[in-house]
Amino acid sequence: MNEIADPGSIDRPNSYIGKSVPRPNVKKLVEGRGQYVDDIVLPRMVHVALVRSSLAHARITGIDGADALDVPGVLAVFTGGDLAAHCAPWVGVLAHLKGMKSAPQRPLPIDRATWVGEALAAVVAETRAIAEDGAARVRVSYETLPAAVDMGTALEAGTAIIHPELGDNLCFERVNETGNVEQAFAAAHKVVEATFHTARHTGVTLEPRSILADYNRASGKLTVYHSTQAPHMMQGVFAKHLGLPEGDVRVICADVGGSYGIKVHVYPDEVAVAAIAKIMGRPVKFIADRLESFSSDIHARDHRIKGRMAVDANGRITAIDIDDLTGIGPYSVYPRTSAVEGNQVVSLVGGPYDFANYHAKTAVVFQNKTPTSQYRAVGHPIATAITEGLVDLAAEAVGLDPVEFRRRNLMADGTYPRTSAAGLKFEGLSHIASLDKLLAMMDYAALRSEQERLRGEGIHRGIGLAAFIELTNPSPFMYGIGGARISAQDGCTVRIDPDGSVVAATGVTEQGQGTEAIMRQIVAEGVGVPIEQVRVVTGDTLTTPYGGGTWACRGTGIGGEAALQSAIAVKGAVLAIAGAMLQAQPETLDLTNGEIVERGTGRARMPLAELARIVYFRGDTLPADLPRELIQTRHFITKQYPFAFTNGIQASYLELDVETGLVKLLKHWCVEDCGRVINPLLVDEQVRGGIVQGIGAALYEECPYSSDGQVLVGSMADYLVPMAAEMPDIEVGHVETPTRESLLGAKGAGEAGTAGAPAAIMNAINDALRPLRAKVLAQPFTPERILAALGKV
Amino acid sequence: MSAEIAITLTVNGERVARRVEARRHLVDFLRLDLGLMGSHTGCEHGFCGACTVRVNGAIVRGCLVLAASLDGAQVETIEGVSDSGEIRDLQDAFIARNAAQCGYCTPGMLLTAADLLKHNPAPTRAQIREHLSGNYCRCTGYHAIVDAVAAVAAKRNGRATP
Repeated sequence: MNEIADPGSIDRPNSYIGKSVPRPNVKKLVEGRGQYVDDIVLPRMVHVALVRSSLAHARITGIDGADALDVPGVLAVFTGGDLAAHCAPWVGVLAHLKGMKSAPQRPLPIDRATWVGEALAAVVAETRAIAEDGAARVRVSYETLPAAVDMGTALEAGTAIIHPELGDNLCFERVNETGNVEQAFAAAHKVVEATFHTARHTGVTLEPRSILADYNRASGKLTVYHSTQAPHMMQGVFAKHLGLPEGDVRVICADVGGSYGIKVHVYPDEVAVAAIAKIMGRPVKFIADRLESFSSDIHARDHRIKGRMAVDANGRITAIDIDDLTGIGPYSVYPRTSAVEGNQVVSLVGGPYDFANYHAKTAVVFQNKTPTSQYRAVGHPIATAITEGLVDLAAEAVGLDPVEFRRRNLMADGTYPRTSAAGLKFEGLSHIASLDKLLAMMDYAALRSEQERLRGEGIHRGIGLAAFIELTNPSPFMYGIGGARISAQDGCTVRIDPDGSVVAATGVTEQGQGTEAIMRQIVAEGVGVPIEQVRVVTGDTLTTPYGGGTWACRGTGIGGEAALQSAIAVKGAVLAIAGAMLQAQPETLDLTNGEIVERGTGRARMPLAELARIVYFRGDTLPADLPRELIQTRHFITKQYPFAFTNGIQASYLELDVETGLVKLLKHWCVEDCGRVINPLLVDEQVRGGIVQGIGAALYEECPYSSDGQVLVGSMADYLVPMAAEMPDIEVGHVETPTRESLLGAKGAGEAGTAGAPAAIMNAINDALRPLRAKVLAQPFTPERILAALGKV
Repeated sequence: MSAEIAITLTVNGERVARRVEARRHLVDFLRLDLGLMGSHTGCEHGFCGACTVRVNGAIVRGCLVLAASLDGAQVETIEGVSDSGEIRDLQDAFIARNAAQCGYCTPGMLLTAADLLKHNPAPTRAQIREHLSGNYCRCTGYHAIVDAVAAVAAKRNGRATP
């Protein structure tokens, strides 16, 4: 009864898996009829504006809200002290990250401000505008404290220790070691080394962080409309820290205006809003504005990495050694922590390559800047930039074309399962097939000759490659084993209603990736109904199975498999009932296109709607002992591998203006292998969007700080993001190596683009610069930095 | 806090009369006073384009126009052009090409795209990119949006999709 063994392989009715099916929930969005949190208006709703710290490190000697309370329409001013009795503090550590430490954090701090932009007081008013009027009248008295700003000196004696009770500013340290690196470097034919910088930047979700919390004193229930990626996790967080039973907290996330990891964290100001709703017993809304987003959304990727690579006379990599330093702000972010990025860097460096000796160290330090944490492709863009930067330097050192060098060193196809030098377990990857496909797509040889010809005309073009791996489908090894209540399993409930329509409720969520489309495809095919007959419910802790939500590329691989198994179970239930009604063996029947048919001949026997009508309204006509459960729930968790790794390779072709330092992106290519592709249209756009996010990091995006810890970003005029005019067309190709851990065979696809793009851009710029004996290794590669490398400024 | 000013204007073909604070910008007026939630606030500094609407036929940043200045104006929002069917082909193309992901930028992007095709019915890809370059989209990387606009231009001109 199960033809899904090779999903999408047969072009029969309802075979939607593998097809470019448009998303069912987009029509409302293109008509402006979605429902983001700020679109929700509740009776007696009030608004919060926050007073934020103007100093990087200071003792709070007083917060005076009297003038604010004089503003008509201002209802209350809350300080950290006011909320302390209502909300328990948290500490952002994971037990499996050995030795990790952080300090207790509260929704609003009680006596100390630790970064510019930290919320110190909340003004509640009848409108947001009045709340802002009030916030402008709150007087905070500070006693300035020495700030630890530069991560490079965070551990030095003489630098202020942000949390004296921790003893120093070290949050976490890890060394990942295999083989004998020193011996390999001593015996190397060539050694290349370089220091890379990735810039502290942020996600800039177009919809800012948004929350509307509503506490009903009579029922004791807290309902939170939240722009989040992980509603069940947030349900647990609100319950635990506000002292409510988990069952009394409901988190609803309808439309989410972009997330990319920014909206998967616990933000103190959002917990403050929920606490205020509980205290005031009415709906309280907070929508961050753009300025406060830049200083209170998590930042990411603030790393300095020293790396070296040893190569033998045959151009084979023998060893990689890296030393990573990252600054994460004053607190590790709860509950995923701020150490995972550095931890991923020391696991992912060298990931695509076959070599034996590896040494990687990361030091994660506290500083008085905005907290950092997981942002799209966590650690991958950093690890890929180091690896691929060293690979290009090594290729040059041994006189090999970058393609030939990679071909000699990439893990060979057909050699899986295997374990990488960094200890990662790979079920099946396709580096060589992906490389070959990429070279064909871009016509590498023709581009090289064009580049050569144009160099003769004084035009400086560069070609950059970046092979990568990507961690997807995470198991409890990511967070659960460290004690975080973050679900790695996910569930889906599929039911058939009396009209024969199908409803699928899933624990994974939608932030624009196409979750609803993917689930609809899988469920329609699994049950055997036209896709239009399937409705998908997401983003509500009360009505969906408990699950992790959508992050770390788990939605399709984990949630999709739960949906498929649930759909197959419902189909089994339908056919068992149909067998009883039609006096046939269930095995001789099938369900296609919403019709019970005779297996083999396809002869129609009964519409699904008729079966459902009888089950719901004339159950008396069925055998008394016949099970008639037209609703089934299945859950899925990966068990064999901690993570399902994917792989791919990108290429950038660009032109460098050596007079202005400006980079013009001409074209970008990506071949990636996310296992079974459920919807090529959606996967390609995940890859393209991810690439452009990576390009932003490579060329534009940075949150710079002054030496006293002021963030020098006031608006989107200071912080540049990729816009349409500067972005290239992007060609995407696929190799498919399905995971055998699930029937569906899908791995994640959402972060591959971001993982590889900065490295491809860096290598292309340096390829253009090579004849000029210059190179750049510090992102973003601004005109100023490129001109400095050229000795022109 | 500021004085209130009486305005009467036409929004999506309907006459509305309100008293607005002098500091109320157009997108807040549309969202908070009229309940038209399709226009979004993204930066409120005029950079991101999420609040793009039409005033007297021209696209404007809803966050940079004060409602008080709009007495007698004709304002059209995404809700209005959706109901009239004016940009149905663009909307269908965005759906078919997956040119909208989270959808937050989409209303502004569509109004900007419609504005381009009004003034330049056969734009090149570079011209499409240039015209849309005041509208920030974090999800798509823009390629699919350019494809969708190009497809509509071709269709309106009776050509095959490029």
